[in-house]
Amino acid sequence: MPAPSYGLIATFETTAEVMHAAETVRDQGYKFWDVISPFPIHGMDRAMGMRRSKVPQVSFLGGLAGFTTGMSLIWWTGASNYKLIVGGKPYFSPMFAFPVSYELTILFTAFATIIGMFLFNRLPMHYHPVLNYEKFHRGTNDRFFIVIETRDPRFDPAATRALLEQIGGREITELED
Amino acid sequence: MAHAEHNASAPAILQEVKPAVLPRPVLVENNRDFGWITDKICSLIEGKTPLWWWICFVVACFVASFTVAGITYLVSTGVGVWGHSNPVNWAWDIVNFVFWIGIGHAGTLISAILCLLRQKWRTSINRAAEAMTIFAVVCAGIFPVFHVGRVWYAWYLFPIPNSNAIWQNFRSPLEWDVFAVSTYATVSICFWYVGLIPDLATLRDRFAATGNRLRAWIYGLFAMGWRGSNRHWSNYEMAYLILAGISTPLVLSVHTIVSFDFAVSLLPGWHTTIFPPYFVAGAIFSGFGMVLTLMLPLRAIYKMEDLITQYHIDCICKITLATGTMVGYAYGMEFFIAWYGANPYEGFAFINRAFGNYAWAYWIMITCNVITPQFFWFKKVRQNTALVWILSIFVNVGMWFERFVIIVTSLARDFLPSSWGYYSPSIVEIFTFFGTFGVFSVLFLLFIRFLPIMPMAEIKAVTQQADPHAGDKHA
Repeated sequence: MPAPSYGLIATFETTAEVMHAAETVRDQGYKFWDVISPFPIHGMDRAMGMRRSKVPQVSFLGGLAGFTTGMSLIWWTGASNYKLIVGGKPYFSPMFAFPVSYELTILFTAFATIIGMFLFNRLPMHYHPVLNYEKFHRGTNDRFFIVIETRDPRFDPAATRALLEQIGGREITELED
Repeated sequence: MAHAEHNASAPAILQEVKPAVLPRPVLVENNRDFGWITDKICSLIEGKTPLWWWICFVVACFVASFTVAGITYLVSTGVGVWGHSNPVNWAWDIVNFVFWIGIGHAGTLISAILCLLRQKWRTSINRAAEAMTIFAVVCAGIFPVFHVGRVWYAWYLFPIPNSNAIWQNFRSPLEWDVFAVSTYATVSICFWYVGLIPDLATLRDRFAATGNRLRAWIYGLFAMGWRGSNRHWSNYEMAYLILAGISTPLVLSVHTIVSFDFAVSLLPGWHTTIFPPYFVAGAIFSGFGMVLTLMLPLRAIYKMEDLITQYHIDCICKITLATGTMVGYAYGMEFFIAWYGANPYEGFAFINRAFGNYAWAYWIMITCNVITPQFFWFKKVRQNTALVWILSIFVNVGMWFERFVIIVTSLARDFLPSSWGYYSPSIVEIFTFFGTFGVFSVLFLLFIRFLPIMPMAEIKAVTQQADPHAGDKHA
């Protein structure tokens, strides 16, 4: 086979087909492979044997940072850096500091969630071998793909191609790296 | 999201009680396939710009120029060109601010709260409703920013070190509002953008396939290299769920904090504990009114009847009815508490609202907000698209008057009769507010021309053929 190959891509027409195919690929013990679909398919994470996303952990840290920022900002500006009596109210109270801290909790959680999502997905990545596939535009439209990468220890050009055929994949094509 | 096996893992009790099977209305009619959905929504962007779009755009730009002119005049002359004076120092600017912010709330409600409640019908309207939110917040922001007078000092609202070394007064609800509204704008934009990513990728691939390299590059830039990988969808779905989860308390808090601007003061008619829930219900009510105002023409022009079905219109009308009735309840409860609280100032404020100088505004408000939505009880009315659209205009008008009544009647009659006054807007205020409809329309027209007005990926995911077990039953 020509030297740099990224992997094999196979096309599926329905969600049911690609779901059953994914279950088989998972059961065959492949690690470096992927399903490409125009929309999230319910149950596909399980069919691929994936773990729960770690994005919530980053979100939680973001929320914590936001609340702490709000409270400490209001304490430091009002009760430490420049004390000013306004309406006879205390310099600091968690009561009046709460609304702003609450908003900052949400703001920082949102930022952390989006940054976390991008980091775990390794996006932005404007170049990817899969995007070079001439029929890739069907993958963000109405078709489903399974891609098995050559770096997978179980990858074997002939056997993997046979597996993809056996599970119902069509137009099995080699992707250049 | 991992509910693929709900059939297998259904509780055993269901086998015994055999609950009635309720027919679930289809969300995409005529059993359209994935390709049709993509083609339908993308064709609005790919096709030639229609003549009606140019006409609307030119008109919208003309209307928007009124805001530009009004604000230019204000900045070059002074905030006195608006009709505010003692005792009514908050008037149209804050009325318009609350009006526009309230409209935005329906967008976030649809995208966040209905997402958490798994109301799948939200999918075909959430993108446009979120766009509406962002553009409404833009219009809302204009008023308080220019009401500060010297707009070049508007950055004093944020805790940025300045030469006076004085910090913001975090004891004031006005400062809370700065944080609430700016967080709301930012998170709404983030949520909207995250939702757009897969659809931008679809557009990138379509433009690349047809050889339009410039547009493929531009959409591709914002699509961040999205490739529909399920390993990405997993994180994406989680992120989307969390954004929906945090936007829910956010949208409830924003109008709550807006209502604190009034409720934390000591003025009769403002100093009430009912304000936060009452404002939130009113905001959602006005927002759904605006959703109907915008969606029904779009549906007709773009022939979207298969995607925005009668079921969608029914749902929106029912939410409008529910929130409108809550608002009506709040109006009644305010009067009850004013009487039951036995505070003469409070009692006077409410009698004055209904029968004083501004009674005309009060009764417009009651007619539009309490009576109008009651028509939505009737299926015949909900099925008459033209009538629904007209009623939605009444809702928009009524909710503007609600804010006018709250703000102006309380200020015009404060504690000392010697300082009572009557407020009328100046021509500059009227022009500035009129122009914001143009600003909003310009932004919305650009949105429907250049971005997918419906989330293709989400709509595909709620079609019947998206269910991986649909095939199993027939096999």
